Amino acid sequence: MTTLAVHTENLSRHFGSVTAVDDMSLEVPRGIVFGFLGPNGAGKTTTIRLLLGLLEPTSGKAEVLGYDALRQASDVRLRSGALLEHNGLYERLTAEDNLDFYGRVWRMSSSTRRERIRQLLTHLELWERRKEAVGTWSRGMKQKLAVARALLHRPQVVFLDEPTAGLDPVAAAALRDDLAGLVTREGVTVFLTTHNLAEAERLCSQVGVIRQGKLLAVGHPDELRARSGSPRAEIVGRGFGERVLEMLRTRPEVASAEVQNGRLVIDLRGDVEVAPLVSLIVGAGGQVEEVRKGKASLEEAFLTLMGTEEE
Amino acid sequence: MLADVWTIVWKEWKELLAASSGFRGGRLGVLIFVGVFGVFLPLQSGRAWVDSPIGLLYWAWVPLFLVNSVIADSFAGERERRTLETLLASRLSDRAILLGKMAAAVSYGWGLSLVGIVLGLITVNVTSADGTLLLYPPGIGLGIALLSLLTSCLVAGAGVLISLRAATVRQAAQTVSIAVMLLLFVPIFGLQALPLELRINLAKIAMGIETTQAVLAASGILAVLDVALFLAASSRFQRAKLILS
Repeated sequence: MTTLAVHTENLSRHFGSVTAVDDMSLEVPRGIVFGFLGPNGAGKTTTIRLLLGLLEPTSGKAEVLGYDALRQASDVRLRSGALLEHNGLYERLTAEDNLDFYGRVWRMSSSTRRERIRQLLTHLELWERRKEAVGTWSRGMKQKLAVARALLHRPQVVFLDEPTAGLDPVAAAALRDDLAGLVTREGVTVFLTTHNLAEAERLCSQVGVIRQGKLLAVGHPDELRARSGSPRAEIVGRGFGERVLEMLRTRPEVASAEVQNGRLVIDLRGDVEVAPLVSLIVGAGGQVEEVRKGKASLEEAFLTLMGTEEE
Repeated sequence: MLADVWTIVWKEWKELLAASSGFRGGRLGVLIFVGVFGVFLPLQSGRAWVDSPIGLLYWAWVPLFLVNSVIADSFAGERERRTLETLLASRLSDRAILLGKMAAAVSYGWGLSLVGIVLGLITVNVTSADGTLLLYPPGIGLGIALLSLLTSCLVAGAGVLISLRAATVRQAAQTVSIAVMLLLFVPIFGLQALPLELRINLAKIAMGIETTQAVLAASGILAVLDVALFLAASSRFQRAKLILS
């Protein structure tokens, strides 16, 4: 049995003159949550469609759980769950009927189906409303139900295409919590596309960054942050005027210094100590309340990658 | 395979019943159909409703309109409501999805026709019987059942082909309706356009054919058309094209 959930080699897909996926080689181990990050139109959805055998690649190959996504597409789909671009729920049917239908599709026995539907809907706090037509539900509830549908048959790998897109922050956070809980309980491999970097940082143990069909980087979020540059210091306080900034910029260990949203942000050259810089700031008239030293956020790493590629 | 086809039929019927749960949403149409073909026309025709071979034409024609609305929704509806891609991402085979959609439409059209046939018999027996049970002669009864099934399949085959390509349910429904109209009126007007002498000769030939022979010939032609349409729909059913369309 292969240890990889997803494996692609030089995978490309063109639509006329547009390259949606460009020579992508990617390996995703089993049992992790993999975040596939990229702006709109980067090729994330096309990649999922290629992995599920819904589209034929122009060149290269893709394997899911060791099965060729093109020639053994039915084997791939048999072992996969999916929440695609649209939730795919039958709005005229009740939540229970939606899940019952897909339980039948995956040939789950009647008793297993009933038990599994109860388990998932209870966990997602939808059990009490199972008899309602899905069309009457809020978007957040529908997304939760679609996640339940994707996990219903206990697939080995689940593809989630921007599961929190279009949700308000509260609903998105709730869905993320549910997703994290379900993934931990079910032990399933999750291939998640998103352009919400906080979401990726929270859920994913490995991320890949894609832009214009090209895979720019793959790794643990910490690795990506480290790749984006040196550590930085963030200082909360007052009195960070031009004099303080000019003084900091003359220091050899400071790459840049600027005030962002009232905070003094200093990009450092290497892993240097911040305390001497704080003393200098105080000496120059600045008032320091709080000092934080750390790496760039995943969002900054992402933007750095996007910027590098543009150059 | 059969279990998968049944799963699709189950879902289609669930949706159909949910969509027609309101009086205006479809029950009214069913009531009108049942009222006209199960009560009004048998009442008007009396014994002739079961004795005359004209019943063959009625029941071959009726399912065309019943299947039409259901089959137009099959793929165009899934596309319009954005449920198609999720369905295609499931483990179901192309053929199971296609057959399931067609079987659901046929079961609706043919099923309602059978209900109309039985109700018509009840109406005739209640109002026109003289102490004996009025039934269709075996040849005509079987012919009615067979022809209504085959015409249901014909519209399902043509309709699914149209629905696979149509952008919206409305577009699909309109195109299927036009196809059904052509199917009905082209032979009628075509015959009228023929020279008188030829029409007389054709009428003589028709008079000479027994009902059973006519049913068998029509059934054979319809069966061939049904198979051809199903094969055409199968070849047109391509997941990649359906997703990108």
